[in-house]
Amino acid sequence: MHSPRISHMTFAVAAALTLIGCSQKEEPKAAAPAPTPAAAPAAPAAKPEVVVKIGHVAPLTGPQAHLGKDNENAARMAIDELNAKGLEIGGAKIKLELVPEDDQADPKQGTIVAQKLVDAKVNGVVGHLNSGTTIPASKLYFDAGIPQISGSATNPKYTQQGFATAFRVMANDVQQGKVLGEYAAKQMAGKTVAIIDDRTAYGQGLADEFEKGAIAAGAKIATREFTNDKATDFAAILTKIKSKKADVIFYGGMDAQGGPMTKQMKSLGIKAKFLTGDGGCTPEYIKLAGAASEGQYCSLPGVPLDQMPGGKAFNDAFSAKYGQIQLYAPYVYDAVMVMVDSMKRANSVEAAKYLPEIGKTDFQGVTAKIQFDEKGDLKGGAISLYQVKDGKWEYRETVGGAAAAPAAEAPKPEGEKK
Amino acid sequence: MDIFIQQIINGLVLGSIYALVALGYTMVYGIMGLINFAHGEVVMIGAMVALFVIKALAGLPVFVTLPLALAAAAGVCMAVGFTIERVAYRPLRRAPKLAPLITAIGVSIILQNLAMLIWGRNYHAFPPILPTSDHEIFGATITSLQIVIIVIAALMMAGLTLLVQRTRLGRAMRATSENPPIAQLMGVNINQIISATFVIGSALAAVAGLMVSANYSIAHYYMGFMLGLKAFTAAVLGGIGNLAGAMLGGILLGIIESLGAGYIGDLTGGFLGSHYQDIFAFFVLIGVLIFRPSGLIGERIAERA
Amino acid sequence: MMAITLDSLRTDKRSALIATAAIGILLAVAPFVVGSALGNSWLRILDFALLYIMLALGLNIVVGFAGLLDMGYIAFYAVGAYLYALLASPHFGLHVPVWIIIPAGAVLAGVAGALLGAPTLRLRGDYLAIVTLGFGEIVRIFMNNLNAPVNITNGPQGISSIDPINMGGITLAKPLTVMGVTIPSLHAYYYLFLALTLLIVFVSIRLEDSRIGRAWVAIREDEIAAKACGINTRNIKLLAFTMGASFGGVAGGLFAGFQGFVSPESFNLMESVMVLCMVVLGGMGHIPGVILGGVMLTVLPEFFRHSAGPIQQALFGKILLDPEALRMLLFGLALVVVMLYRPAGLWPSTIRRREFRNGSASDVLKEGE
Repeated sequence: MHSPRISHMTFAVAAALTLIGCSQKEEPKAAAPAPTPAAAPAAPAAKPEVVVKIGHVAPLTGPQAHLGKDNENAARMAIDELNAKGLEIGGAKIKLELVPEDDQADPKQGTIVAQKLVDAKVNGVVGHLNSGTTIPASKLYFDAGIPQISGSATNPKYTQQGFATAFRVMANDVQQGKVLGEYAAKQMAGKTVAIIDDRTAYGQGLADEFEKGAIAAGAKIATREFTNDKATDFAAILTKIKSKKADVIFYGGMDAQGGPMTKQMKSLGIKAKFLTGDGGCTPEYIKLAGAASEGQYCSLPGVPLDQMPGGKAFNDAFSAKYGQIQLYAPYVYDAVMVMVDSMKRANSVEAAKYLPEIGKTDFQGVTAKIQFDEKGDLKGGAISLYQVKDGKWEYRETVGGAAAAPAAEAPKPEGEKK
Repeated sequence: MDIFIQQIINGLVLGSIYALVALGYTMVYGIMGLINFAHGEVVMIGAMVALFVIKALAGLPVFVTLPLALAAAAGVCMAVGFTIERVAYRPLRRAPKLAPLITAIGVSIILQNLAMLIWGRNYHAFPPILPTSDHEIFGATITSLQIVIIVIAALMMAGLTLLVQRTRLGRAMRATSENPPIAQLMGVNINQIISATFVIGSALAAVAGLMVSANYSIAHYYMGFMLGLKAFTAAVLGGIGNLAGAMLGGILLGIIESLGAGYIGDLTGGFLGSHYQDIFAFFVLIGVLIFRPSGLIGERIAERA
Repeated sequence: MMAITLDSLRTDKRSALIATAAIGILLAVAPFVVGSALGNSWLRILDFALLYIMLALGLNIVVGFAGLLDMGYIAFYAVGAYLYALLASPHFGLHVPVWIIIPAGAVLAGVAGALLGAPTLRLRGDYLAIVTLGFGEIVRIFMNNLNAPVNITNGPQGISSIDPINMGGITLAKPLTVMGVTIPSLHAYYYLFLALTLLIVFVSIRLEDSRIGRAWVAIREDEIAAKACGINTRNIKLLAFTMGASFGGVAGGLFAGFQGFVSPESFNLMESVMVLCMVVLGGMGHIPGVILGGVMLTVLPEFFRHSAGPIQQALFGKILLDPEALRMLLFGLALVVVMLYRPAGLWPSTIRRREFRNGSASDVLKEGE
């Protein structure tokens, strides 16, 4: 065994060399504004232009690609709008640039693209879409000191790891599940509820919290059933639920299953009301469920778009450009806006400088008034409920909100102070 | 009791769908001894083409659109099936056995992403092709479409069996399956026969795609994967290469899944639930194969390497 | 070309030594070259490539040597990864040292391999494929669901904050300082993975040349003849499953420590299929070929990821096709094209290639029977 010796020697030398190389490269590029004269003919001659890269990660291939593309479109729109308006931070003209990446909803790919973004020295990251990719990637961003704002990762673990760089502009599963559970038991008069989830991190997390909330509000759990995120046939579990005579069926999962599930409920003659979380709160759900969707419920974190200042304008602009909003587009749009807003307040695009400002955010987004708690979760976390009427989601009410106390805290892990 | 009957009906419908897809697998396997892993994607293409024809012809009566959609889907699928065989399998007929498996996976990836480019990433709602009327049987419900699916699956199996057993083409197929070189000596153009097999299998896939999408009123470029996997399991359970076996395996799998999801939770006091639905199928499969290594009604293949 | 030089190396000792030294140096400096020239993302890809090489070598024992088609191989990777995650994370509050977990993972995966092997001994070819596929899914589904009634695996939420690999008080998660030289974390992982990969390569080579290895090949070529020659086919087949699985268990443990997070979605069927592709595409039963396959299939999609957009930009001046779709299209196409032009794999063993060439000319179409 002589190869170790060789490797020791060589990599000692090589290490020394590369370290020199690295330390030169590590200089924050964005802080020292690199003038790009050719690219900005319109700019006044005196102002240098700085390119600020914002990474965006979501699955763009595979079964969740439609949501991923939706997120990416929203990020692109936010960046286009900001660029069109013209930004000036730290005395320099800012040109935002989107660096879109595909993580295929696979945790391993998630870390590979995270590393790619870290290498590309992005100033911030918006994403990822899935909790399963967001959590392992968040470690890389934390180690590199790059702020990350997710518009759709709802697993509580994401912000509980003690990473100062991790934020989300969406209520987490705990916040939403609790509200939904209470709503099912009280407003929907569900004495017995049946729960179905799709065994994904999102669906199961939400269903677990729903169960707790519903029990706390006095409902009885008739049965807990399961499917998967690629299923189309729910007849067996629905038939079982029928035999248990539940008043409300809650589904933790996405619209692609929720829609057909509602349809099959109707054809099996189940009279119970259907309630689902944000994953099913889409126009697609209504399309897929057809007439069976009438009178069913869903929830979305935040306040309805048309009640928010700028919400309707966003909706119109987005629909005109990219077609109907799939799901998380407004949240991702807000995530970009919050990030840039923090840069403005810090008067710097440098991650280390504007990161503390993200925590102090008080931003009027299109989905909610965004403030973060000390973990990086959305403060207050209002949840709005909707019901299908005449083939459209119609706003019912908003539960919780800015005034409400932040949802149940898990003990804060140490390590954040570092 | 009505719940139990409902579960059996659920299983029967699901099983017929598996059987429809499984027939395509078993057909190709029976003739060539090759698992056409891309079959699930061909089913998906069939569903997507049918959907877009129906959407394009919206407004016309169903008895006009449906045959047209089916014809278009079958046409496209047959072309796709033919091409897959020519490009990805035929050159590898003499290659090591796993080589066509890899090309099949490659073809699946290509078809999936092509479909994504053509039809977009969204889930598509599939319009109802039959008036939604429910029928009651002993307190259990079944839709007209579901009855059609069960009948079509049975008819197809019967039709294919007739084709293979009674026609000239069928005889040539059996000869090719038995011993290709000898069949060739006997004047069978085996290339043509194999192409024909793929074309027929793909036409079946088009029918299956249309039926599956219509039943669940959903179509998506990724739908072929799980469906293909389940159908393949069904084909093996029944004895791959055997048409009746595909039908039996499909229906058995459907009923096992349905009863498993419906009753195992209560039977085990909540310890196992419907989240183990997919496991029952595999356990049954393993159990069957341990005692009957070539499937339920598969022929006993002589032991050879 | 490469294959020919390699064969001549077997005979010539001096040039063999030089070649070994050259490869050794190449492997040793690779992370620094790659890291500084292409960026750390490529270094991370390289780390994953090493993990996949371990997996591919493990599967190669089952599929390549013994000829048993295993489509649920990723289950063993999952066993190793989950064992690490459970024994070294806040989930159970356990923090068992890595030099216990990794061997334990190998043993446990090996036992799982034997468990899979035992009932499937009578099955052949495609039937074996579907049963192993089912086994892989069963393992994944259990991991996805064992969070109730007793929370063992934390279900679909996965296990996070897993301890990084830590040896003798030195953690690989932070830059290491050895004798005044700082080795970044990714580099340190690279060397650890490389060491274990080399160990697995070594074990594989020794196995191939041993009695057991020859027995595997005998079973692959003709099981009945092998039995007639006095080979205990049952034990030898079980041994193939066990050995192959244990490599997967090692790789899984390393993966968990490297990622810091495991969840069942990392162990789906597609992963099994990818590892199988590596073995077949590289050249079944030929260790250098399998290594090549592992590198190719890890690097190729990433290469397309980096190039799909820019190349279109350069060729047409704008993005015509969605780069992500194009990336997967090219990947699928690559699988098909490679198999069409090199049906025995990119780098098959010379013996097998010769067999293939002779065999194919005489009995047209016999294959697939």
